[in-house]
Amino acid sequence: MNVKKDANWREVPRGGSISEAGSSAEYETGSWRSMRPIHDKEKCINCLRCWILCPDSAIQVEDGKVIGIDYMHCKGCGICAQECPPKVQAIKMVQEGD
Amino acid sequence: MATQVALTGNDAVAEAFRQVNPDVATVYPITPQTELMHAFAAFAADGLVDTELVTVESEHSAMSACVGSAAAGARTISATSSQGLALMWEILYIASSYRLPIVSAVVNRALSGPINIHCDHSDTMGARDCGWIQIFSEGSQEAYDNTIQAFRIAEHPDVLLPAMVTLDGFIISHTMEALEVISDEQVKQFVGPFKPATNLLDLDNPITIGPLHLPDYYYETKRQQAEAIAQAMPVILEVADEYAKVSGRKYGLFEPYKLDDAEVAVVALGSAAGTAKVAVDRLRAEGIKAGMLKLRVYRPFPGQQIVDAIKHVPAVAVMDRSISFGLDGGPVFNEIRSFAYGQKIDFLSYIYGLGGRDVPVEDIQDVFRSLVKINESGKVGNVYNYMGVRE
Repeated sequence: MNVKKDANWREVPRGGSISEAGSSAEYETGSWRSMRPIHDKEKCINCLRCWILCPDSAIQVEDGKVIGIDYMHCKGCGICAQECPPKVQAIKMVQEGD
Repeated sequence: MATQVALTGNDAVAEAFRQVNPDVATVYPITPQTELMHAFAAFAADGLVDTELVTVESEHSAMSACVGSAAAGARTISATSSQGLALMWEILYIASSYRLPIVSAVVNRALSGPINIHCDHSDTMGARDCGWIQIFSEGSQEAYDNTIQAFRIAEHPDVLLPAMVTLDGFIISHTMEALEVISDEQVKQFVGPFKPATNLLDLDNPITIGPLHLPDYYYETKRQQAEAIAQAMPVILEVADEYAKVSGRKYGLFEPYKLDDAEVAVVALGSAAGTAKVAVDRLRAEGIKAGMLKLRVYRPFPGQQIVDAIKHVPAVAVMDRSISFGLDGGPVFNEIRSFAYGQKIDFLSYIYGLGGRDVPVEDIQDVFRSLVKINESGKVGNVYNYMGVRE
């Protein structure tokens, strides 16, 4: 990002504009989370419903397989756990901090 | 070459807009502004300007279209009054926070309700915290001159903020007055070509305008905006100096009138300032040392400069053509008195002229007499007053 994290009021871009594409990838939203999804690779059938439905693109997939969750961006909405097929239940939500 | 012409206030601003030849104008009618954009639309229809005229479905859309247009790098204008300005409200804040140098005329009219089409300043006073530069005009000449200067102020790299130029509804907007205009070429030279600081259509330098700001950046962005409008103060004076060289008419942040030796003074803005000058002259003829200060630039507010200009005057009345409901005294009064904290000045607040109520010279003379009484008796009496209301 072209704005440093602790930029003072003289350094922030005029009018709050952003001059770099895709910079939201560098913005941490994971700290907003109160519930944390835990993915169980053993149970997962890699149907990728969670990957399709995650609003924060936080399901990490490699070679067609779910390999983990991007906790820097996951806001803990729980859609992945809800949409994981009932017979599979590969994702469960746990209280953050527990 | 200065040319003398007879124009209404609305036509004078439309003439200034024609000479500036902006890229985009967003247009929606509202009394008493309607004739202003009507005249400008005729210029556009006659091919006298290159302006893209956008006829929108409301003032909310008018200001939204201004934001889109200015963000796309176009020199952009609009004009409105009263409810129109009120409907623009949320977008006024957005225009200033995106730092877009839009110029809009505001033909002052009372806010509903009760519905009223005549002059007071409740519309622009209500918008005083929205981050726009606000410049008030006493008459058509000033409305014309202020409009031309507004582009240079708004577009200055140290400022980059929207600016509104006000003129009193009907009293100025519909009254024909002799004024001097400068030539099209002089205006073109003075305003210069538009070099947008923000340009969404610059594909080589793509930007996002208006992204979400959470508690971690919002505050810094607003603090920066506060600095920008503070920076407008010296820029307004620089632009005024340059304009004086072209037009022969010199403007400041305000205009002192017979203030140097004044023992009583009135602060006013808009058309009532002219009436107050007549009151000053009449009282001077009676041997009363009256003076007045006409406020031109209301945002940024030149509080310290005003205090420096009036601190030798023992009794001062501030005239407000609007009410800040629930607050004793009008907005201009409260701001000036706040800056004058610690000075030995007795202040009176006079609300006046709401909804176009006539402002006779005699009423302002009476205001001066109340100030004379304070100086004679040393007693202030009632600080918060309503001029010209039936008691």
